[in-house]
Amino acid sequence: MPPISISTRAPGAFEDVADDAPLPVAGAVIVSARRLAAERDGVFARNDAVGVVLQSHESPMQLPPEDLQRLSLVVLMFPKFRDGRGFSWARMLRTRLGFRGEIRARGHFLRDQIFFMARCGIDSLEGDHRITAEAVSAALATFTHVYQPAADGRRSVVLARHG
Amino acid sequence: MYRYDEFDARMVRERVAEFSGQVARRLAGELSEDEFKPLRLMNGLYLQLHAYMLRVAIPYGTLSSRQMRRLADIARRYDRGYGHFTTRQNIQFNWPKLVDVPAILDALAEVEMHAIQTSGNCIRNVTADHFAGAAADEVEDPRILSEIIRQWSTFHPEFSFLPRKFKIAVTGSPQDRAAIRVHDIGIACIRNAAGEAGYQVFAGGGQGRTPMLAHCVGDFVSRDDILAFLEAVMRVYNEEGRRDNMYKARIKILVHQLGADEMRRRVEAEFAEIKVQGALHLPHAEYQRILSYFAPPPFADLPAVSATEDAARARDGAFAAFVAQNIFPHKVPGYASVSISLKPIGGIPGDADAAQMDAVAEIAARYSFDEIRVTHEQNLVLPHVRRDDLYAVWQALSAAGLATANIGLVTDIIACPGLDYCDLANARSISIAQDISTRFADDASQRDLGELKIKISGCINACGHHHVGHIGILGVDKKGVEHYQISLGGSAAEDASLGEIVGPAVTADSVADAIETIVDVYRAHRTGGERLLDTYRRVGAQPFKERLHAAHQH
Repeated sequence: MPPISISTRAPGAFEDVADDAPLPVAGAVIVSARRLAAERDGVFARNDAVGVVLQSHESPMQLPPEDLQRLSLVVLMFPKFRDGRGFSWARMLRTRLGFRGEIRARGHFLRDQIFFMARCGIDSLEGDHRITAEAVSAALATFTHVYQPAADGRRSVVLARHG
Repeated sequence: MYRYDEFDARMVRERVAEFSGQVARRLAGELSEDEFKPLRLMNGLYLQLHAYMLRVAIPYGTLSSRQMRRLADIARRYDRGYGHFTTRQNIQFNWPKLVDVPAILDALAEVEMHAIQTSGNCIRNVTADHFAGAAADEVEDPRILSEIIRQWSTFHPEFSFLPRKFKIAVTGSPQDRAAIRVHDIGIACIRNAAGEAGYQVFAGGGQGRTPMLAHCVGDFVSRDDILAFLEAVMRVYNEEGRRDNMYKARIKILVHQLGADEMRRRVEAEFAEIKVQGALHLPHAEYQRILSYFAPPPFADLPAVSATEDAARARDGAFAAFVAQNIFPHKVPGYASVSISLKPIGGIPGDADAAQMDAVAEIAARYSFDEIRVTHEQNLVLPHVRRDDLYAVWQALSAAGLATANIGLVTDIIACPGLDYCDLANARSISIAQDISTRFADDASQRDLGELKIKISGCINACGHHHVGHIGILGVDKKGVEHYQISLGGSAAEDASLGEIVGPAVTADSVADAIETIVDVYRAHRTGGERLLDTYRRVGAQPFKERLHAAHQH
């Protein structure tokens, strides 16, 4: 199933490449953080968009800033829906590291988390069969207002109150 | 009291709708129980030994009469006619049906209440001093910051799937009645040398199987930066807290493993980064807006001493005893705060039936500017009562069976629900509390013992706060038989300390005897106005251990 968008950005088309597989001749690819670190020059020399997968214990702060600038996509793994580190990684990518590419959540998560994912700056989802377009649009409408600033630029209730 | 504006009201309504949908998906099999569990917990719904339990939030323990009446209605209509006030200033209903829960949440929303984040691995309901706004020693009303934190932490997109639960407490007074050092984050309202308002922030306290006292991570955080600072602590924890072992997942373990200095360094680095963004700056106007809701009620100009009260005390010994034990001084002359004990002799600590809830609501409406507080010691408080009205209040409380004069005494026991309700428990807590309460029922003897805090937990999770009891009692399972470990020397107050185990574990029928042995040792060693805690701290565990060993060797 193609990734589903939860932001204004259309998800890019990328091919996942395993660590032991050769890079394809052409086309956008997603590689692991380990491979990116080991084969940086080769990966970026292909003139096609590059994405990286971060496991939930891998902080985006570990990515060299020059790599981050050249990345088009960061895939955040959610191994189990209870593991909430991805929310912080997305938030830091957006508000601290200034990452402007696509952020994608992949793995096991529930529709009940999609509202929060969008708020933290995640653009697209690759979840299980329950993460459908209908589920996404319902989830994004869960709350009309928000109590705190996040990475989505929404005005918090505090600011709305004091206009 | 805080009142919802259109934003708050809508937020709660939308949460009820979301939760109703989650219940429907569970019933339709679209959610596994494993997936539903954290979702229902985040709305306070537990599955216990016999039934579901719904924990309703009472933010910082403050209730209006209208809200208390609604709790009584829910107890009558959806439960078995009673509710249980908890050590986190909340109320639990023990017998709701899953299908009724959306209707209960609707009924709560009508009176600006909810069950949001009363459980789950998220930031829980914020607690504060139950004498907030009334205590003479208060630097700042802690409910203002508590309400600000409540809103900031509600549906926080980044911190709703933390490694483990997260509890925040705020004290507005140097006398810590909110137990801040045993919370994940504890906050004290302070003033700096220039007289500016700010907060001292502690992190890494907690009870459970690895009790720890919190370390100071911020000496003075200014008011407009406090949310940015809290967000910094939360982010360090969300990123680095352990997720491989739920028993090591609380922030206290992270602080312990990093060391307090390193934790402080990481929080400061994160805080500096968040401040650069600037978005979490708390506007002065928002603090003032919330402050205005907690403006003092229209107190009358009264003499400090009430002739009516004095005359009543002189002619009615029972009333005099109540005043001596259950009254806390008020910052305004002529007023007092009245503690309502939910620890009748032989009763279940923290339980109140619907009629009692209605009675308290009525008394508060008439005599306490419509305000009620829930304490973390599982009692209630009428914060603002005219001393002239104390006798009438006492009579009304007596009529409702709510005038037990034992606040802070040996029978004012904290106990978790234990094996009577909880599926985590190893042993009963309630029956132990009832035994001790009955054993020490004699008024004169209780008063002679003075302040003595007994706290009972039915398992190592320590919901009954046994680690910080002057006497702590922990239920353990020994080959299928309930046993109880007794510890001495704990305190949750500003002199916070963790208790130490004394003597061998005893069986359920010996606990009251063991407490009596401990009390005898205290009586033999005490000097001056020492409490049991003071005597223990002075003479050490040895005399207590010796007597306990001698008395309970079999």
